[in-house]
Amino acid sequence: MSAFTDPVPPDETVREGTRRYTLPGSLARNLGLVIALLVLCAVGWFTADVRFLDGDNFVTILRFASVIGVVSVGMTFVITGGGIDLSVGSVLGLSSVWASTLATQTIAGDVHWLVVVFTACAVGAACGLVSGILIAYGKVVAFIATLAMMVAARGLAEIISNKRSQILDVPPFMDFFQSRPLGLPTLVWVFLIVAAMAWVLLNRTTFGRRTIAVGGNAEASRLAGIRVRAHTVALYVICGFCSGLAGAMMIARTTVGSSTHGSLYELDAIAAVVVGGTLLIGGRGTIVGTVLGVLIFSTLNNIFTLNNLSISAQSIVKGAIIVIAVLLQQRFANRPGSSSP
Amino acid sequence: MVSDGAFLTMRGIVKHFPGARALDGVDLDVRAGEVHCVLGQNGAGKSTLIKVLAGAHQPNAGDIHIDGHPVAITSPVAALRLGIATMYQELDVVDGLTVAENVFLGHELSTAGVSSSGAMIRRTRDLLAQLGHREISPRTEVGNLSAAGKQIVSMARALSRQARLIVMDEPSAVLDSEEVATLFRVVREVTAAGVAIIYISHRLEEIRQIGDRITVLKNGQTVAIGIPVEQTSTRELITLMTGRSEEYVFPPRPAVAPDAPDVLVAEGLSVPGIFEDVSLRIRAGEIVGLAGLVGSGRSEILETICGARRAGTGRVWVDGAPLRPGSVTSAVAAGVGLCPEERKSQGLLLDEPVYRNITLSSFARFARGGFLDELRERRAADRQIAGLQLHPADPSRVTRTLSGGNQQKILLGRWLEHGCRVLVLDEPTRGVDVGARAEIYQLIVALAATGTAVLVVSSELPEVLGMSDTIHVVADGRVVHTGPAHEIDEHRVLDLVMEGEAA
Repeated sequence: MSAFTDPVPPDETVREGTRRYTLPGSLARNLGLVIALLVLCAVGWFTADVRFLDGDNFVTILRFASVIGVVSVGMTFVITGGGIDLSVGSVLGLSSVWASTLATQTIAGDVHWLVVVFTACAVGAACGLVSGILIAYGKVVAFIATLAMMVAARGLAEIISNKRSQILDVPPFMDFFQSRPLGLPTLVWVFLIVAAMAWVLLNRTTFGRRTIAVGGNAEASRLAGIRVRAHTVALYVICGFCSGLAGAMMIARTTVGSSTHGSLYELDAIAAVVVGGTLLIGGRGTIVGTVLGVLIFSTLNNIFTLNNLSISAQSIVKGAIIVIAVLLQQRFANRPGSSSP
Repeated sequence: MVSDGAFLTMRGIVKHFPGARALDGVDLDVRAGEVHCVLGQNGAGKSTLIKVLAGAHQPNAGDIHIDGHPVAITSPVAALRLGIATMYQELDVVDGLTVAENVFLGHELSTAGVSSSGAMIRRTRDLLAQLGHREISPRTEVGNLSAAGKQIVSMARALSRQARLIVMDEPSAVLDSEEVATLFRVVREVTAAGVAIIYISHRLEEIRQIGDRITVLKNGQTVAIGIPVEQTSTRELITLMTGRSEEYVFPPRPAVAPDAPDVLVAEGLSVPGIFEDVSLRIRAGEIVGLAGLVGSGRSEILETICGARRAGTGRVWVDGAPLRPGSVTSAVAAGVGLCPEERKSQGLLLDEPVYRNITLSSFARFARGGFLDELRERRAADRQIAGLQLHPADPSRVTRTLSGGNQQKILLGRWLEHGCRVLVLDEPTRGVDVGARAEIYQLIVALAATGTAVLVVSSELPEVLGMSDTIHVVADGRVVHTGPAHEIDEHRVLDLVMEGEAA
């Protein structure tokens, strides 16, 4: 290059006033997901009738959705911020094992149940901190850094647990998670509260605004004075924290801590996030979409289970849903003028 | 009307882009075995012309003849088939492949579908020998070669295609003076064998050394066709390239008060290998311009002042307080705002609404305890949009859909909203049409009038000379001249730049 180079031809001319170029409303985008969910419910109703419509069955769907839901909410932050975290499943497993080991190796009853929960969350957050520092300050590509964390955390979980499932004998812990305030299991409440807090964080705070800015254009954000690297670390810590919390929830659901917990959750979480409408390249994220994405997949799972269909057949449908959702997303991303979802 | 002995003749070439006429009747003829230089300023249409020749752009009108026969260059492959090879500015070699693989990229030699690497390596060795570069092994990975070496590979590729015309777009920009000498030797050998070269460069001295004839473009038109280099003075060439004035309208502004305090002071800044010992001071209300070539270090100087790049030595003070080196956050907090060169990749969140881009540096102010008050934020953005004469004045519009001029205004609005002591502008009017240009100048001048210090870099000399109070001429990473802007003209700047780069 040298001075006085030719400018690029103006590639984006503006046709003034012909069309309104506004962002498609998040309401409209989510409407599509709600319709998809209702269609799924209709399918469930036709194929499984009363067994699907039963109130307890809906609770089952929500309970099933809660653990992966919390993981997916954490993943939403990382992806919106322009990253990816492949380690969530392993970190979930490691957190569950760490917490259950702590509980079983101390004399039973000595451990307060909240310590179990905090331990799991802290282990998850620590894993996120390591990944985040590697990515933001070590300049390791997110895919690689979290792939390494995914492998290493699983290995550590196996060493700690000796590859055995550890039954958690902390009665208050179980009591807490098996209670049903207002008719919904605690697990579901945890998921809903996490999602609500995440929604506020992403949509109503400066932290959320920074997340969107960093994911949309990291260099522009840096030059505008945003601490991009510190923020990136914070996003991975949040994601790790959510995985840790999900680890504790997993113990509550299964009564054991196990190094096999959460395997392939990273793929389920990414699928739910992307189907929900969060852009995989970052810069746009939706918590409501993620929650709907999780519900779509757990409803799908429920329908297949009720109809005694194989997991393999379910995987095919899951794959199709992901592709369709992403194709629709790209369509709308290419047409900024469209105001439909 | 095909001139005698011309290998290539182009007549009345027109190329439109939406909203712009990049080429507006360009004529060119190139004889076999000559080095034909194409000169022209920013936006004159050189790159578009090259792309037409390379088959990357289709002209809207005009005739192209090769050896007297009318041809249409419909694709890059068609161009190669017609014997036209292009060496782009950004060297288009694949680093992970070997020299031989690069030379035969796209036309691999093969026997029954099996590539004959032996034959390719032998041919490559012959070509490299022909170019006088036996020391490059055909088996070396291209990534290990210097920029000059890569250029030789590019050249060998052109020859392997039996090119009869090689278009070289600023080949010397990435080379040091010794490598340029080698390049010229190769160019002479190739032309001696009857191959024509179209040589594009801004370094007039080089053109004097290597060129046979010159065609000058201005605003998409040919202003001089095939004039012989030897009978044309450098001054004449500069006048041909730059003869215009109405494009740059600067609002009148009062002189900076002699007792105005220094706002920005930079002392002895260097980044090893890029620039050294740069000192500047800008007083309140003063506009200071850096003139120099791309690659002279001028953009890097701006980035260092803004903390986007860490200085090896030297410090920067704003209003007497030192900035933390290498910290944009510290610079922004002190009131240093950068409107970067690459608006789209470095400046804007293209898929976000306009108002969020305006408040990107200041949104935290519209928050209580971390919670954003979006109503207040939007009201502040509305005020800026009104002051900027943004068109359309819609705060919710997706930023991507605005024109270059309006996008630049958004960046200015960001720093107006944030409140800045030092505004740093890198190519403030690149890709901005003439009308919006005048509005941007007005905004900058108005900002300076409020006591803001302004530092501006531009490749457009009339712009940087017309807008600034003080000019620093940068060449090869050093400030070679400092003085009041009204005491220096374009010719003098170009002379200084060329002397400085040659040194």
